[in-house]
Amino acid sequence: MQYLPNIIFAIILIIGIGFFVKNIRKLIRNIKLGKAVDRSDNKSARWKNMAKIALGQYKMVRRPVSGILHVAVYLGFVIINIEVLEIIIDGLFGTHRVFQPFLGDGVYGFLIATFEILAAIVFVAVTIFWIRRNVIRVKRFWNKEMTAWPKNDGNIILYFEMVLMSLFILMNATDVHFQEAGIGNSISQFVAPLFNGASVETLHVIEQSAWWIHIIGILAFLNYLYYSKHLHILLAFPNTFYANLNPKGQFDNLESVTKEVQLMMDPSADPYAAPPEGTEEEVPEKFGASDVTDLNWVQLMNAYTCTECGRCTSSCPASLTGKELSPRAIMMKTRDRMEEVGKNIDANDGEFKDDGKQLLNDYISPEELWACTSCNACVQECPVNIDPLSIIMDMRRYLVMEESAAPQELNMMMTNIENNGAPWQYNQQDRLNWKDEE
Amino acid sequence: MNVPTMADMMAQGKQPEVLFWVGAAGSFDDRAKKITRAFVKILHQANVDFAVLGTEESSTGDAAKRAGNEFLFQMQAMMNIEVLNGYEVKTIVTCDPHSFNTLKNEYSSLGGKYEVFHHTQYIQKLITDGRLSINDAILKDKKVTYHDPCYLGRANDEYESPRDLIKHLGVNLTEMKRNKTTALCCGAGGAQMFKDAEKGDKEINVLRTEDALETKPEIIATGCPYCNTMMTDGVKFKEKETEVQVLDIAELIAQANEL
Repeated sequence: MQYLPNIIFAIILIIGIGFFVKNIRKLIRNIKLGKAVDRSDNKSARWKNMAKIALGQYKMVRRPVSGILHVAVYLGFVIINIEVLEIIIDGLFGTHRVFQPFLGDGVYGFLIATFEILAAIVFVAVTIFWIRRNVIRVKRFWNKEMTAWPKNDGNIILYFEMVLMSLFILMNATDVHFQEAGIGNSISQFVAPLFNGASVETLHVIEQSAWWIHIIGILAFLNYLYYSKHLHILLAFPNTFYANLNPKGQFDNLESVTKEVQLMMDPSADPYAAPPEGTEEEVPEKFGASDVTDLNWVQLMNAYTCTECGRCTSSCPASLTGKELSPRAIMMKTRDRMEEVGKNIDANDGEFKDDGKQLLNDYISPEELWACTSCNACVQECPVNIDPLSIIMDMRRYLVMEESAAPQELNMMMTNIENNGAPWQYNQQDRLNWKDEE
Repeated sequence: MNVPTMADMMAQGKQPEVLFWVGAAGSFDDRAKKITRAFVKILHQANVDFAVLGTEESSTGDAAKRAGNEFLFQMQAMMNIEVLNGYEVKTIVTCDPHSFNTLKNEYSSLGGKYEVFHHTQYIQKLITDGRLSINDAILKDKKVTYHDPCYLGRANDEYESPRDLIKHLGVNLTEMKRNKTTALCCGAGGAQMFKDAEKGDKEINVLRTEDALETKPEIIATGCPYCNTMMTDGVKFKEKETEVQVLDIAELIAQANEL
């Protein structure tokens, strides 16, 4: 019977990690619904980007208040997680503070003291985040797409972090031996006096409860990630690594179009020629994107990475002037549709069954797409290099090339380019008139 | 004014050092044509051996591409590349950041590889090479703010060349609260120039003009014919056209050098 807690711990750990792994595999499967895109070039620049932007939080601090608070939470969270290693060993083997004799009082005390200070900093920073969201009501957290689940999700994450940090301090504050030893209780020593009247047994029960709830809480939080916008803590790294490295103004040239245009412009091509042997059955490639499976896997990973901070939307000229478009909503809708397609595949034995829906119209409206000025403010602002503009452009391509559904004025502009080589109705022969007009 | 075409040059067996890509706005839009002429005057002053394509130039296809019409874009691109490669063009300069971006970034994978300069970069180079100097007396202490065109700034990370030129003018440059990487779009990009805006509570060019007017400028400088149109309209909307001028950096330099 004495091993019962260890066994229970092991079972909880296995379930917690197992369920997480299952969901991560689903996430990878969903991302792979996207089309291939080659991002294997220029590895050194990619590692550098990841180190600078994800690890180094380079773009976060452009907005100093939220940026510095975020760095505090990020560092705190990462460093305090070293302590989780000790908790897992203690849980599995029934030890108590296994690292203490191993590292010696000096080093161990220093580490725990640091963790406690970081926990306090995280707690304060997270509280400020909560105030910014709910009391000050920073505008970008109150856009139209930030109602219901996205709004609650943001707060739940903050509550999770507050509770986890409190439990960590509480666990240390009620650990009688730890407090008596007086090493590393930098913050918990101020909490310990609150329990002065309590018996050693009571303290032990509180300490043990805090310890259990803390580790179960961590596992619960780990599993919460897949359902939450909080996935960025993992995906920020691959997302910055695989991000576009070309100048932001450079949009890709569709290869399928290049082939057709070359054929059209080739004077020796026979327009009535039969397709080459064996290609008769091939379905012609769709131009642009109307659903998530037409996007590439980096765009889909972008959607999972988005933590809905809204820096994109708060710098988007269309959003700032009350248009329907919000780059953040583009990412959120892409993720929602991808989840829907994923669930459809799960429910139909690994095959997608047509559900009569698509990303275009059912999630993202043409009105949103046509409001974009392609100014790249959203791409520039994203702290983890998400590219909402590329999705907007791919969907415009579908609207124009597959559905001929451009706004009328744009159709006129395009007709003009086709007929007289300028977006306006001027005669090509008048192109040089300006030189004699003064 | 003397503006040789590539065809003229070829007939004389000459190859100019640079092709001036005028662009659709620079060729046809009355306001933008003034920018084109100002830039040509600068090229003349610096004795640059340049030529234009004239009637052989056609839309780069930028607006078509941003509107989603990849077919039309690539057809335009391939036609232009055929012409450019036919004349063995190596270096291109343009006053339009959209043409600049498209020619520089999007033509290369279709077979058109050129060294492409925005006119602010090119003028900057003329100064560095000692071929041009700017008189800083004429516009001395004028209050100027600079609006970053998206396709020069964020799209191609060029923030300094235009600002360096403005400093050469001896003027007083005040930055808007949103500048460089955080600059707000004028509202024309992504083919918006050619359509009405979607339903909203404000026009983008008005919002951007308000950014500019906050700096209390006498001149709003920019480096894009489309930004110029949008900001000019914005200034008119705010009924400030008697106090505030919207000018291209090329026009400012032409003014300063009394060209």
